[in-house]
Amino acid sequence: MSIAERAVEQVKALFPDQVLSAEVSAGQPFVCVKREKSKDILTYLRHDEELSFDVCIDITSADYLNQGAPERFAVVYNLLSLKNNGYFRVKVFVPEDDPTIESVAELWKCAPWAEREVFDLMGIEFKNHPDLRRILLPDYYTGHPMRKDYPLRGMGERDNFPRYVGEENA
Amino acid sequence: MSDAPRPAIEIEEELSGDMGSKRMIVNFGPQHPATHGTLRNIIEIDGEVVKKITPEIGYLHSGFEKQSEYRTYNQIVTITDRMNYLSPLCNNVGFALAVEELMGIKVTPRCAGIRVILYELSRIADHILSVGLQAMDLGAFSVMLWTFIERERLYDIFEAVTGARLTTSYTRVGGLFRDVPSDFESMVRAFMVKCDKTIGEIDEILSSNDIFVKRTRGVGRISAEDAISFGLTGPLLRACGVARDLRKDKPCLGYENYQFDLVTEAEGDVYARYRVRMREMRESLKIVDQALKALPAGPINVDDPRISLPAKDEDNKPAGGMEGLIFHFKNYMYGHGISPPKGEVYSSTEAPNGELGFYIISDGTQRPFRMRVRPPSFYNYQSFPRMCEGSMLSDIVANMASLNIIAGELDR
Repeated sequence: MSIAERAVEQVKALFPDQVLSAEVSAGQPFVCVKREKSKDILTYLRHDEELSFDVCIDITSADYLNQGAPERFAVVYNLLSLKNNGYFRVKVFVPEDDPTIESVAELWKCAPWAEREVFDLMGIEFKNHPDLRRILLPDYYTGHPMRKDYPLRGMGERDNFPRYVGEENA
Repeated sequence: MSDAPRPAIEIEEELSGDMGSKRMIVNFGPQHPATHGTLRNIIEIDGEVVKKITPEIGYLHSGFEKQSEYRTYNQIVTITDRMNYLSPLCNNVGFALAVEELMGIKVTPRCAGIRVILYELSRIADHILSVGLQAMDLGAFSVMLWTFIERERLYDIFEAVTGARLTTSYTRVGGLFRDVPSDFESMVRAFMVKCDKTIGEIDEILSSNDIFVKRTRGVGRISAEDAISFGLTGPLLRACGVARDLRKDKPCLGYENYQFDLVTEAEGDVYARYRVRMREMRESLKIVDQALKALPAGPINVDDPRISLPAKDEDNKPAGGMEGLIFHFKNYMYGHGISPPKGEVYSSTEAPNGELGFYIISDGTQRPFRMRVRPPSFYNYQSFPRMCEGSMLSDIVANMASLNIIAGELDR
């Protein structure tokens, strides 16, 4: 049994009411969970002696607009256990009307920037984040480009940037 | 105008707060030559001691992930060139492997062999330039010129193979753009002899150089525990004594068949990172040598007309007559090209800077629903304040060069 399969079993056993589904895609098992106890689940995966997912390889997000997903947004945690040499993925669904989720900056030091990027590009807010600012886009930018309702070009480009008016008109 | 005092920038108050202290704000970047790209660090110094660093990134943000959602899988290969532009072939291979893992394709032995050779040559191109620029930042200018000569030789090989020096776009899903030229092996062998000599020369001039060693040893030290928590990968992690290399731990493309050592150093400082890179280049040469010897003949694309284009006959028409022509059209037609099944995959390879991951969500169409790149530079750079705070201002340059941040990959 691979480490990811074991992790799925453990999460299902310990947080039965939180697991939305457990799936396997391209041979990689992962779980989809509700966001209420997402931090508890990740804390357990991080600190459990047997699983010991000590590296958070990546935090990212996806926008399931009109896709029939449980909620519109998903925050995706790709974890790595160095001890067991195995990856595991946790998808946390976040509703559209309240796009907030608990930050995991306490668990992994790599989390702050990754969460800032999710906040910047997808507009999901992280509670108790040490320094939640935009990271890739300028601070005065409005909108979140990785959302599906944000077009590839056109909207935002002209409206978002302050126009240079010259010193005499300022 | 010029005599008027410059207004205090807002960020200054934010950082220090106590006006009238000896602390000073220094802007390092975004156009500083030692940053090797457009990055900005707001550094708060007390005398020459660095108190706080606030990195600002995003100057090269190009929205690669958003653009990928509007392109077919074989078109995205051209976007991956622009990420780590010192070793574009590694990005090409990493992306192709991710899509192949999603679709369950296994590439042909010849394709795997060619990919491994080019991957390791790219690693040498990346590492050797990183070492050269590191030496240049610390005052050894000739080393940089030597490394650029080697890089030029490598680019000649890449140009002969892919047709382009930088924007290689060489891989396709399930294979390659074309086979290598007939004199490929002799070209690579000639390069290997010269490169081995250059690596020896760099080793001779830097490794026991008093100035270089004093500027690098003990500088920018990070513990293994911190490195793991910060998500460091690649040479930076191995320089902390953690034996993690995806070529060994999660082998693909037949890496398990090649004999090479996993390089680690214990100290975790700038010098250790330099040593790891130097030793890894020698290991890469070993892999290239074995892969060249074992390179089998045969097709480079998988034998599936829904994925690869049909071969051309002597009249430059798709082989297989009408059927070949239909497959050829279908590969390009909107709504008929390569379409992985519904699902998602996280696939990673050991790029020169660390773990390069591709997280792809497919909705069954020709374009990815979501493509996320796990950029090694992004996570490596996050640990930069931890490495530098408390050190001298001049150590920042040494440290920055050892991280080998590539802005194209950092900001995407």
